[in-house]
Amino acid sequence: MTLVVAGAAAVYTLRIADDCLVLSHRLAQWSSWAPTLEDDVALTNIALDLLGQARAMYARTAELDGTGRSEDDYVFMRDEREYVNCLLVEHENGDFATTILRQLLCSTHQLEQWQALTASTDDQIAAVASKAVKETAYHRDHATDWTLRLGDGTDESHRRMESALAALWPFTAELFESDSITHDVAVLGVGPDPEALRSEWDSYVGRVLGNATLAVPESTWRPTGGRRGLHTEPFGYMLAEMQHLHRSFPGVTW
Amino acid sequence: MTAIDEIRRAAGAIPDPEMPALTIADLGILRDVRVDASGHVDVDITPTYSGCPALDTIREDVERCVRDHGYEDVTVSIVLSPAWTTEWMSESGRVKLREYGIAPPRDQPFDLKPLAIAVECPLCNSPRTRELAHFGSTQCQAVRRCDACGETFPHFKEH
Repeated sequence: MTLVVAGAAAVYTLRIADDCLVLSHRLAQWSSWAPTLEDDVALTNIALDLLGQARAMYARTAELDGTGRSEDDYVFMRDEREYVNCLLVEHENGDFATTILRQLLCSTHQLEQWQALTASTDDQIAAVASKAVKETAYHRDHATDWTLRLGDGTDESHRRMESALAALWPFTAELFESDSITHDVAVLGVGPDPEALRSEWDSYVGRVLGNATLAVPESTWRPTGGRRGLHTEPFGYMLAEMQHLHRSFPGVTW
Repeated sequence: MTAIDEIRRAAGAIPDPEMPALTIADLGILRDVRVDASGHVDVDITPTYSGCPALDTIREDVERCVRDHGYEDVTVSIVLSPAWTTEWMSESGRVKLREYGIAPPRDQPFDLKPLAIAVECPLCNSPRTRELAHFGSTQCQAVRRCDACGETFPHFKEH
């Protein structure tokens, strides 16, 4: 089934929803695997917040694109090429250092994005954002605390954070990319120009990494394509697992 | 008593599924009750957190409660704007929360900065407490320990 989404605002809300959903699913994969009980609880709590944010944005997308699709339709009935999340959120969990660093990079961006969206000309988006800002501030705090402990911790934890940083950093460029969709929503006042979030993000992430004795890597390559449905290999496996039950038993409820 | 008052009182007394010591009126989850000329009842509820899993249960509880009071034609809607904050929790709700063993949210607006007011231990009332974990057994709670009595306790986060 090909689901075509019409209108810049609808594509924009779908991107945000997909970012939240995919990151939520990645974090949920930590359930029962985190290094401490507190962090098992923390990562799955964050996953639940993100799932709630995703649901609200899928619901808004369904109104904006006029299809009246359900949240489940978006989540379970689209193929890889129809997902428009950024590549960073789909990156595999790796070790705890990789997950924490991905959280720092993502939640800092999401917090700024939600803050900007509280002033959206779309009332529903602004309402979702005003709640999400508070939730995401806790997510960023959690990632910041752990980045400091691991980066400025033992030789082993420092080495793992350095290696996570080298692996994840190239994927951050995509967060700030503009295209015709972001241009249109910025003109409409629906959402911020992605580039406008860059300096605050650089400043916060740079400060935390500095305090964690981690050096910002030199950017060598800038992988991109998520917003156009071109994803990394691990994403297909994630979707297959996530969608399996729903596709095997269409309409299943529990 | 008007129909609106009756429904508001009955629905407002529904316990929160995750913190049954508190009602949905105490928490500020019940937002509005309207009855039109044809007898159709509209009830608005609001989530405390975006992904709060209790909301679907609350919605069903409210529908059942209104029907049990003789109003068959009822629609329960989830409203997001304006967004819920802990400031909407009633004073009696805060007292009940403390009696239940959960430190209530501090009376200060959320501003993305650490709050200066101490969180008091709900067991011994000492202000000397510290956070053990941001995230607790539900989305709205953190876990703290009291340095005076040594007990750990949940804290309803400012939000």
